[in-house]
Formats: sequence, C-alpha cells, structure tokens
Amino acid sequence: MTAASLEVRGVSVGYGPVRALNSVSVDVPEGAVVAVLGGNGAGKTTLLRAVSRTLRFHGGTIGSGTVSFAGRRLDGLTPAQVVAAGVVQVPEGRQVFARMTVADNLRAGALGAAGGRRAAAEAQARVHELFPVLAQRAHQRAGLLSGGEQQMLAMGRALMARPKLLLLDEPSLGLAPLMADRIAETVREINAQGTSVLLVEQNAAIALRLASSAVVLEVGEVVLAGDADELAASDEVRRRYLGITDDPGHPGAPEGAGAEGVSEGAPHPAAPLRRWSA
Amino acid sequence: MTTFVELLLSGLSIGSVYALIALGFVIIFKATEVVNFAHASLLLAGGYLTAVLRDDIGFWAALLVGVAGAAAVGALVEFLVIRRYRGHDHSVLAIVTIGVDIVLVTELTRQIGARVLPMGDPWGDEVLTLGAVSIPQTRVAAFVTATLIIGAFLLAFRFTSWGVAMRAVAEHPETAALMGIRLGRVSSSAWAVAGGLATVAALFLTVFPTPGLERGTSLVALKAFPAAILGGLDSTTGALAGGLIIGVTQSMAAGYQSDLTFLGRGIGDLAPYLVMLLVLLVRPAGLFGTRELSRV
Repeated sequence: MTAASLEVRGVSVGYGPVRALNSVSVDVPEGAVVAVLGGNGAGKTTLLRAVSRTLRFHGGTIGSGTVSFAGRRLDGLTPAQVVAAGVVQVPEGRQVFARMTVADNLRAGALGAAGGRRAAAEAQARVHELFPVLAQRAHQRAGLLSGGEQQMLAMGRALMARPKLLLLDEPSLGLAPLMADRIAETVREINAQGTSVLLVEQNAAIALRLASSAVVLEVGEVVLAGDADELAASDEVRRRYLGITDDPGHPGAPEGAGAEGVSEGAPHPAAPLRRWSA
Repeated sequence: MTTFVELLLSGLSIGSVYALIALGFVIIFKATEVVNFAHASLLLAGGYLTAVLRDDIGFWAALLVGVAGAAAVGALVEFLVIRRYRGHDHSVLAIVTIGVDIVLVTELTRQIGARVLPMGDPWGDEVLTLGAVSIPQTRVAAFVTATLIIGAFLLAFRFTSWGVAMRAVAEHPETAALMGIRLGRVSSSAWAVAGGLATVAALFLTVFPTPGLERGTSLVALKAFPAAILGGLDSTTGALAGGLIIGVTQSMAAGYQSDLTFLGRGIGDLAPYLVMLLVLLVRPAGLFGTRELSRV
C-alpha cells in the first residue's frame, strides 16, 4: 500500500442535481499509464477534477466513494495539498498564463511543490531538457506560443512540481496530428522517467497506444475496462472510438496514430475484458 | 507659469496618493475579482489608528501600527466575509463589501465624532521654495514616499514568488489552484497589502494643507475610484496613470477655477468624474484594462 498508486473507488459526483459520475473506479498503479476514454460529457474531466479537488470551481461535489494516492486519502484535501502529495493536473485547453512569460509560468508551477530553490532549479533543468523550446522562449509571453508549444508549457509547468502522478486532460486537443504525436512521445518519456500518468483523451488511437490499461466512460459510468491492447482490439472500442468497422488491420484514426501499432505496455495474456453494465 | 508649475507639482503629488489607493483597489480586484467598496473604510481605519496612537508612541511607530492595523482589518474582512462567499457571484460580493464599508465607517465615525485629528507628522506646514515655485513639504514627501512604495510594490509583483502567485491567480484562479497555489493566501495577502497602502494614503490625505483626519476623510478617498476605473480595474499600470491623471486634473481645475466660472463652482471636485466618463466613452475597459473576453 506504500506504492504510489492512485485508487479511485466508487466515486459519484454531482453538479447540483446533475449526476456526472456514477460509482466510478479506476486504478493507476505506480509507473503506469492509464487512459480514460469516452465521448463529450462522459465525465472524463469530472473524474480528474475529483482527483485534483477542483470540483468546487464548477459547483460539483463528491457524493460517495474514495480517492486515495499512495495509501493517503485525497478527498477532503485542498487542491494545494493534492499537489503537495505529488498529484498534479494539466488542465484541458492548456490554460497557460497567457500574460506571463514562459519562465514565470514555469515558476508558478513550482509554487505548490515542497523543496526550495534548488529543487525548483533541478525541475526546471529537467523540463528544459524535455522541452528545449521552453528554454529558447523563456522571456516570451506564453500567449504568443503556438498551440503545441502551449501544451508543452502546460506539461512543463505541471512537471515543475515534480509530480509522482500526472493527470493529463486531453493533451492532443486542437493540435495538428504531427504535434499530437510529439506530445504522445513526450508523455511516454515522462512516464519512462518514473511519473505515472492518468491520461484523458478523446483521441482513442493515441491514448491506447500510450497506455497499458484503459477504462471507457459513458454517461458517467465505466462501461469497459481492461488492458489497452485488448481494448484496442475489441469490436466495441474499435467501432465507437477508433472509427473502424471491419478489417482488423490499422486503427486508422488521425495520421500516424496507428502507424507503429500496438503499445509496448504490459502484454498480459488473455485477461478477459470486463463488461460492466451500463 | 509659476502657478501652472505649482499646480502641476501639487497635482502629481496628490495623484501619487490616489495611485496608492487605486493600486490597493486593483490588487484586490485582480486577486479576488471583487470590486472593493470597503476600501475607503480601510483607509479611515488605518488613518484613525495612526492619529490616535501618535501621542503615546510617536508618529513613526503610530504609522507602523496604523499600516499593520489596516492590513489586519483587510485580511480579517477577507477571512470573515469574502472567503465564505468564494465561488459566488462577484457582483454579490461587491455589494457585500458595501455592507462592510457601512459597518466600519459608522463605527469609525462614532469614534472620531466631530473631532479633527492632526497626524503629528514631522513635515508640519513648512513650504519648500525652489526659485519662484513654492510647494508644501508634505506634498514633496507624499510624492517621494508614494513613488518609493509603488516602485517596491511593482518590483515585488514582477519578481517575487508572491507576485508570480498573484498574477497567476489573476489570470486563471482554477489553474493556479491546480499548480498548488493557495488562493486563500493570495487573496488575504492582497487585502492586507491594500489596507497598508490605504493607510499611507490616509496619512498624506490628512497632512498639511488639510487640518487632519476627520469623518469626511473617507469621502476624499472616493476620488481614487475614478482613478482605478479610468486606468482599467485590472491593471497596476492603469492605477498609477489613473491616479496621476485624476490628481493633476483636480489640481488644475481647482487652481484655475476663477477662469472656469462658467462651469459653476466646485468643478475641482467634479473634474475626476468627468475625465473618467470621457475616458470610458473612448475605452470602455479603461486606459490599460484588458477587455473582458468571454468564450461562447
């Protein structure tokens, strides 16, 4: 239980009278990449907000269920305490501080982390190594960056807090396919450096390529869960989220998405897919 | 010409004092998106503490206590009132601050009564003469002090962690929270800083040639409202520019009143609002304000 794993158990969330999540459970084992798939309004972002404790900004509350990280309950903490516990979210739509410089954005990312100046400097060196463009543009206003660069900045900013678990909300949203692939590559690298990732994506092809396991949300409930490979091969997922009807060949979503095929994550034999009633 | 220079200097001086008030206004607005109508009462509280204590502990210590006191009152208002309603409609909060203002001003008015409390400042009524131009020492002190404080504030705003947190919250509170920035802390520090700035402004609003702190002092502080608004409510630069514009306008209008009789009496008091209206007609978001963009 000391492993830095995230456990979401039976979480229900409501925005006033509107039920957004209904008894959702997701696990992110230490060092894993777990994807959450689903269409608009399925509750993907709500799930992340429930973990990062920012439901309050949208008038949402957790009705039941628990969220814990590394054996410690997160529900009941403030957003700042969640960050201090090592769980940092990259918000949907990037939300860089447009009027601040790139350097100040990164600085803002380090404000919630424990550790002093030296820790922040180390984190910044790591971020600059991962995204050299952020070093080149350090003194430019973040609002002037391109969409892909802003996504890099948003991820770099989150990494400044040296998270153990990164919550990524639609990192490929609105990006050109080539840039989306680069972001995916970076997510893999961040993960390889020891940060677990909970990845919310509409682009199922990219998500299933990165993740070792995935859950599919539909109207606030988990309808499918299992290994990414198996989900990618399942008819239902292929039909609904990868846009393929027959032909077992390529997940033919955006360019490059299916090119090198299956993810290298956890090639378990046939753990059967669980079909959860909707 | 001498008159003109004198009026200009005096306007710049009073303008820098308005800028102090407007700056507090803007910080609170940036950090909490609340238009703080209780600002004048913070100013009155700080000034009152200073004026009452200066006999016992001396002027400088009293001023320090006044600044700290007003900062504490500001932080307390934030903690007791604003924080409870965070996430509610900001216009509701603005109205709540009107209530806070009424409570504070009523109590302070009761304490002050009909008295006029002199500040006991070291500058007294001496006048500095440079060639043909003469200007009260207090005005020079006001300008220098305000410039130093504002400069220090802007540096802090730009370079310290507090400043980074403040700007991040101003731009996007939720994202700032996701970065682990404590919104409560940022907001109460904004109220405290605003209270401190207001106290310094209170001092310079009540020294020579004004006889001292009285009930009506908080009304004088209201002139910083147009300063903040015409500069743009969310811009620190705007607060400075707005303060100076209002100060000079008021000083000129009052100084040349005899040439402006066709506009009636008391045009000096009216001028700030006229300028504000004119600016808003051309730039609805103020001189340096960012236009509110809403996603559809």
